[in-house]
Amino acid sequence: MMDRGALIGGMIFALLLAMPVLLPILGAGYLTGLLIKAMLLAIAAISLDLIIGHGGMVSLGHAAFIGVGAYATAIGLESGIEEILLLLVITLAVTGGIALITGMLALRTSGVYFLMITLAFGQMIYFTLTSLAAYGGDDGLTLWSLATLFGSDIVQEGEGLYFFVLAALFLSWFSVWRISQSRFGRVLRAARDNPQRAEVMGYPIVRYQLIAYVIAACIAGVSGLLLVQYAEFVSPSIAAWQRSGDLIVAVVLGGLGSRNGAILGAFFIVIMEEFLSSIFHEWRLIYGPLLVILVLYAKGGLNDLIHPKSREAS
Amino acid sequence: MLAIESLNKNFGALQVSKDISLSVAPGQCHAVIGPNGAGKTTLIHQISGVLRQDSGRVLLGGRDVSHLSVWERVQAGLGRTFQITSVLPTFSVLENVATAVQAKTGSSMRFFTSAAGEATLNEQAQAILSRVGLSDRADRPAADLSHGELRLLEIAIALAGSPKLLLLDEPMAGLGKTESAVLIDLLNELRSSFPMLLVEHDMDAVFQLADEVSVLVDGKIVARGTPSEVRENPQARAAYLGEGA
Repeated sequence: MMDRGALIGGMIFALLLAMPVLLPILGAGYLTGLLIKAMLLAIAAISLDLIIGHGGMVSLGHAAFIGVGAYATAIGLESGIEEILLLLVITLAVTGGIALITGMLALRTSGVYFLMITLAFGQMIYFTLTSLAAYGGDDGLTLWSLATLFGSDIVQEGEGLYFFVLAALFLSWFSVWRISQSRFGRVLRAARDNPQRAEVMGYPIVRYQLIAYVIAACIAGVSGLLLVQYAEFVSPSIAAWQRSGDLIVAVVLGGLGSRNGAILGAFFIVIMEEFLSSIFHEWRLIYGPLLVILVLYAKGGLNDLIHPKSREAS
Repeated sequence: MLAIESLNKNFGALQVSKDISLSVAPGQCHAVIGPNGAGKTTLIHQISGVLRQDSGRVLLGGRDVSHLSVWERVQAGLGRTFQITSVLPTFSVLENVATAVQAKTGSSMRFFTSAAGEATLNEQAQAILSRVGLSDRADRPAADLSHGELRLLEIAIALAGSPKLLLLDEPMAGLGKTESAVLIDLLNELRSSFPMLLVEHDMDAVFQLADEVSVLVDGKIVARGTPSEVRENPQARAAYLGEGA
């Protein structure tokens, strides 16, 4: 039997790979930036799907880790660190560390209480970022120098940056899919399905959930790093809880725990926003009902519309 | 295999376990019966680790497990089924059992290779499924099974942990006559390899399966003996079998 999830995923990446060539031919080169934005959202959404879709832990503070990653990068750059791989290590250490501590506390709860406590931690991080007066406080910080790859400025703009972000998206997509199908992922899904049962199979489930939470935060942190590189600017608004809400919408809209859902959901959101806001000022009047219809009539999300019954979680 | 030594538990002023001692020898099925509110569930919680006893000990295969958590007791060899069936509904029947096998077979901190592709896990799970008679259901989602089949799946999951003791919490609950008969046959067959502590309302099942019966009333064991002895015991009759069983 052909693996349609892989096929659709392959098509998405082939298309993204071809875009830098296709767009200028179509005279739409200006859309590259939009695609980078969509890919950055997709990376964060993929990471959130690991904990919501596969882990059943609905976090309303996930965007805070994008913020942590972005600020770790920005502060690194301001301190004169320009090598992107070194900034990556710093970003992973800082987001991972914060996720480990907040996760240990948050995972004492579940369900709506987990949602509330992750929201609280997210807001704490958000307000901490607004109070960083040396790095722009509320107003944010414009960066005058960007990261380099082995001393080269190839990853700073244009196609170089595009392909770098695409590579990060591919790695996130591939890793989360592999993790979800691994022994670890199976335990995580078991704990989502029935925590009591998973425990009485002999698994210390909180340990698995915490590791998943840290992995997801680290991937979101990478999305923050790349966001700085793309926007050349960082502000606390990227860590606001509304942004966490957007991520949840992307994941649910795409299809929880499906292989390609998070990417589809993120692209749908970014493209619809761009498209609707260009034709209609009050575009949210259309966007809202559209979301309602999609959630009501496509319960498995966009992924199910393309590829029915592909939920990996079965 | 299992030994419980003078277990006491209070909820505030209410004494729910009063100096309970019992033991299950290898190859034996020990049943605990008692009216509602006698403290059977509290006893099960203390054996499985959901609740901690105030005093006393729980020994599994000679090892004191009194202070271990739920998952550690499972790893130490305690297999259990639930009064209200508890499986992984979105997993296939095979994967339910394979996930339980996985807990006892190497580390589960493996992040990249596919678990569903591990032949050893699947073969062991398949063998257990045929032992309980569910092999033709292996690829169905667990949510599709009938109530009786779910009971069998729960036993398969418990067996997958190669337990030293099976703790069965009202396995007959909600089963019809024929389904009960199938389950009693299966448990009778398993008994020689897996000692059992059976907490059950269904008297037919208890009298067919148990080697020894303890009668629990108000948190206290008031009578103990073979099924026929307990049937004749006036205290047990008064407390439990009351209406002329």
